[in-house]
Amino acid sequence: MSVIDQMSVVVTAVKQVAPMIKEFTLEPLEGQLTPFSPGAHVVVTMAGTESTYRNAYSLMSDPQDNSQYRIAVRLQETSRGGSVYMHQQVEVGTQLKISPPSNLFAPQWMAKKHVLFAGGVGITPFLSYLPALQRQQVPFELHYMYRSQQTGAYRIELTESLADRCHCYDADQGNRCDVSAVMSAQPLGTHFYICGPESLIEAVQTTADEMGIPPSAIHWEAFAGAKPGQPFVVELSGRGVELDVAADSSLLEALEAADIKIPNLCRAGVCGQCVCDVAGGEVEHRDSYLSDTEKQSGRVIMPCVSRAAGERLVLDI
Amino acid sequence: MRVAPKEIQSFRDDFTYSNSTKAIERFPFPFVDDEYRYSVNMEPHLPKGGEGSAYDKFLDIDEHYLSEMAERELVLKEMPHRCLAMEHMDLACWDMVERLMVSLSEDYPDYFSLTREGDLWRWENKLLNINDQFTFGDSSSLPLPPLDYIGRQVQGDFALLDQRDGDLFLDAGMVTCPADWSLAFDAGMSFREWHGPVPMAHSEGIFDRALKYLIAIPVGKPVRRLNWTLTVNARMDTSPEKYHEWGHERTSVTPDNVGEKVYLRVEVQVLDRMPRSNAMMFSIRTYLLSLEDLVTNKTWAVRMHRALKTLPEPLINYKGLTRFHGTVVDYLSQFDPVS
Repeated sequence: MSVIDQMSVVVTAVKQVAPMIKEFTLEPLEGQLTPFSPGAHVVVTMAGTESTYRNAYSLMSDPQDNSQYRIAVRLQETSRGGSVYMHQQVEVGTQLKISPPSNLFAPQWMAKKHVLFAGGVGITPFLSYLPALQRQQVPFELHYMYRSQQTGAYRIELTESLADRCHCYDADQGNRCDVSAVMSAQPLGTHFYICGPESLIEAVQTTADEMGIPPSAIHWEAFAGAKPGQPFVVELSGRGVELDVAADSSLLEALEAADIKIPNLCRAGVCGQCVCDVAGGEVEHRDSYLSDTEKQSGRVIMPCVSRAAGERLVLDI
Repeated sequence: MRVAPKEIQSFRDDFTYSNSTKAIERFPFPFVDDEYRYSVNMEPHLPKGGEGSAYDKFLDIDEHYLSEMAERELVLKEMPHRCLAMEHMDLACWDMVERLMVSLSEDYPDYFSLTREGDLWRWENKLLNINDQFTFGDSSSLPLPPLDYIGRQVQGDFALLDQRDGDLFLDAGMVTCPADWSLAFDAGMSFREWHGPVPMAHSEGIFDRALKYLIAIPVGKPVRRLNWTLTVNARMDTSPEKYHEWGHERTSVTPDNVGEKVYLRVEVQVLDRMPRSNAMMFSIRTYLLSLEDLVTNKTWAVRMHRALKTLPEPLINYKGLTRFHGTVVDYLSQFDPVS
């Protein structure tokens, strides 16, 4: 009976694929990796000197290739350490622990057509979509927006292999994607996928709303993980424990550092797994999972991204 | 030692189905408390109970293998729609083929073997004299559609649940031995829709919690739970499609025949994430044990008596036990020193 826990992998190649983006090839220390579904991600555990970082990265290799996984990491200016660690500390031969793949951004195979909007490093989940879409022989279009001075990885390869199904927009060259023009040209039954900054997700959602496209045909993945904030103290009322949450640590990471296990998948405020009950203090909600009503109630928090609005928070743990 | 497949017995007409002493010993008895409690009761699908137990392999192949496969053939011949797969589930069906062939050949090398050279696979099932070569992922290379092909070679019902919009949809399956539910009726339904008839649990929020848990199950971490009901006669196919053949049998239970006529029907349900499609595979492995065989285990007899005695009315009705619940409790009471 096979049960997969954390998998040990070794970095076998590191490639600079855009000015701010590095690609890492991961191979298993033993055996084979599991096949995965398009859009899946793994959580990479990085044992830094000061703290342990855990970041989710999309798998961008061919989902059927179980000899290696590839991920790409954009250096974040406001990084809490994870992307800096990947860029500065990880090299060929480095060993890492990764979670089994999980997927919050899978293609909807009932779609008549798939339209993919990628912003910057948001191209990564779509790189695992493309081989699957081609194998399934379903119609698709890729719209890829980037700033060539920072991102724009793989644009040459994509243009060559996808020809007129790939549309590139380099903002540094003044090229912009007219989202509503793209969307209004699609047949009924098209599903739209967005991976990129909040503004791109909103643009597509707003357009869909105006055009009467149902929310069930819009799928998005925000690639932003936890961002730093003010340090605060969290009290765990059930345990009589107080923990410090540093400016560059997420609440979830602070809990994990104290050996408190909280279920989680995306570490980006999307999947809803890590929700905790709040017994006191104000919350600065940064997630996209809780409803407005839940946020206003102040009774729950997603500790992977959200923080205390003040100096202190009490959790019912 | 595992129990080896024995000669074909029947689950209909003359009902020759029987359990050996070994099969009785390894029966997955579901009641853990003296009082019946409603719970989701999920646990990791890890080996337990030692070698030969019903839980020591991913899929349990036991002495009833040939009988259940013969019964499945009969059902599918009469009602081909008991196996269905919507078009968008093609990849999930191949996921299932891979999961089943790999685990069967690893766990039961004497019965099954799988040879893989890239996408060119050879599958041998010595119990059913099957030996086929095919191209993985190419449905035209198999004699039957992939789910139909593998489903006829493994005990238990299977459903493939598509995961989308934070929900699960019953979009493919092979269901020939259900405890009164219909694949054709439930096809395409969401998790809450197909659980619609279940009493009590909706208000307790059980389904919301269960769904949240299920959609987060990662690859390689299957979970299982047990479900149970009582069936009159050793009938595998208690489907709504066949209600006219078995519904009336519930009036045939008497104090004299209850021990041999009523069977505890236990389902070991396993949920396993399919890696390539992100679908969930839901397998329902059904075990039948007559009450007279069950009471050979004194602990089980006592516990079963107390669990059934405290079973809430809505569940008695939902499980279809209304007509003979009292007769069963009376029969079991003779084995309970407290009653």
